[in-house]
Amino acid sequence: MTIRPPEESALPVRTPRVNMASLAIQTHGLTKVFGKQAVVGGIDLAVPSGTVFGFLGPNGSGKTTTIRMLLGLAAASSGEINLLDGVMPRDARAVLPRVGALVEGPAIYPFLSGRANLQRFDAADRHTSPSTRNARVDAALERVGLGHAATKRAHAYSLGMKQRLGIANALLAPRELLILDEPTNGLDPQGTREVRNLIKSLSDDGTTIFVSSHLLAEVEQMCSMVAVMSAGRLVAQGTLDELRSEGIARVRVTTPDHVEARRVLAGLGLDTETHGRDDVVTAELSVPGLLPETVNAALVRADVRVRGFETSGASLEDRFVALTGEGFDVAG
Amino acid sequence: MLSEITVLFRRLRTWAMIGALALIPVLIAVVVRVSSDGSGSGRGPAFLNSITQNGLFVSLTALTVAIPLFLPLTIGVVAGDTIAGEANLGTLRYLLVAPAGRIRLLLVKYAGAALFCFVATLTVVVTGGIIGALLFPVGPVTLLSGDTVGIAGYFVRLLLLALYVTVSLLGLSAIGLFISTLTTIPVGAMAATAALAAVAQILGALPQLEWLHPWLFTNYWLGFADLLREPIVWTSFADNALLQAGYIAVFGTLAYGRFSTKDILS
Repeated sequence: MTIRPPEESALPVRTPRVNMASLAIQTHGLTKVFGKQAVVGGIDLAVPSGTVFGFLGPNGSGKTTTIRMLLGLAAASSGEINLLDGVMPRDARAVLPRVGALVEGPAIYPFLSGRANLQRFDAADRHTSPSTRNARVDAALERVGLGHAATKRAHAYSLGMKQRLGIANALLAPRELLILDEPTNGLDPQGTREVRNLIKSLSDDGTTIFVSSHLLAEVEQMCSMVAVMSAGRLVAQGTLDELRSEGIARVRVTTPDHVEARRVLAGLGLDTETHGRDDVVTAELSVPGLLPETVNAALVRADVRVRGFETSGASLEDRFVALTGEGFDVAG
Repeated sequence: MLSEITVLFRRLRTWAMIGALALIPVLIAVVVRVSSDGSGSGRGPAFLNSITQNGLFVSLTALTVAIPLFLPLTIGVVAGDTIAGEANLGTLRYLLVAPAGRIRLLLVKYAGAALFCFVATLTVVVTGGIIGALLFPVGPVTLLSGDTVGIAGYFVRLLLLALYVTVSLLGLSAIGLFISTLTTIPVGAMAATAALAAVAQILGALPQLEWLHPWLFTNYWLGFADLLREPIVWTSFADNALLQAGYIAVFGTLAYGRFSTKDILS
């Protein structure tokens, strides 16, 4: 786990030390340049098999472009991609049938029914069996709750129904890896919940799931691991807990002996902050390995009368904002 | 492949175009029938006057009328839509991650367009035959060489003719396929393809550009008269096929070169 502030992002991100064979997706220095701009600037993804992996980043941070390269839709300007046991795009024929994908929203033939749409996509892969096609299509439609609308023309589908159809397309065959780009886009809260449950049940079956999202809450609820993109760079990668703990906690001491308290904290290497109130001392726990309880013990040992002692861990949202920057500016 | 054909022929648009093509012989036959009550001879393209004597000429006349404009227009729509249409819908990315394979997709798309050429041409010929038989007397046909063939023999010739016209349109289809790989806006590819057909015909009509004419894909479009002689003269058929094959090779290669490495960003 490595967390870096965005301004240092020229440095490479260390990939977690995981056995090669157990990675469903791995990239080395993956880069995509459009014109002069690096939309994806040398990222090293490592997605272990069997995880639900969140690919987080604000709009325009290069998530979809990365996914396009993973799937062989766009060629990488430089870098390597390993997808399952193959190298993309060289082994696309062998690898892609085992990968289900939703890329940048669903796409449909409006003049065909939902079922005919899926039959068309299924037929596009020459390795699928035509004899099981109807059964598989219907099973996928049922799984996303579109069974009742299967024969309806797709142009009459709502945004949420189209999204479900797109997810159904990814589930036409048993997959080893699912790459889902913003799967809950356009879904109502029930639909979002269903997708979460669906992802969980697929994950329980052993499918590796790579979900991109700009919604932190969503990733937090579904994923065990996460990578954070910002302006084309991978700024963090690891488990959710690792990401959380990378956040800098704070202590807040309420005490009448604030001068002495400041001295103690400074002695531990912390920078105290001044506030309007004299009886409150706050500081970031910026010293690695320094625990709040150690701070409190030091205060008590120095006879500081502690009236209140609070610690606050950085929330995941704080981490996300710290990593990707704040505000509405779309990167790029 | 089957899927491609189903999708093509499940579109309302495809049927609208086929319907419009079917209308050509009907229109010709009806107009000639209505106006032929008088003297029987008027002005108009070749064959037009023969219709009153023999309804089987409707197919031939309709084909002659359709070749310069209506057929290229509909082929432009189908061929221009091949890749650009999928890209525009966004379905191209899902076909490719299925994975359909880029070369395979191109081949299937081209085969679909070629099939449409044949169906479109056949539509003109068959409706022409039917409406001609309904409105005019039908009998043995005198060929350009002066020989006479029976109705069955004539239909064999018409089928050959439909085949000739289909082959004629294959080069244009290949051009359309290539243009279609350049853009994600299908209308642009359609218009460009149809416009090229018009340009080629205009160039073909300029005597100053005689040297260029054998290289235009439209050069043999109306050269099907040889199929109406006894015995059939195959030279123009062969020349046409060779020319179209050249266009297919060149533009097929270009389309492959473009599409095999193209970033699909739609």
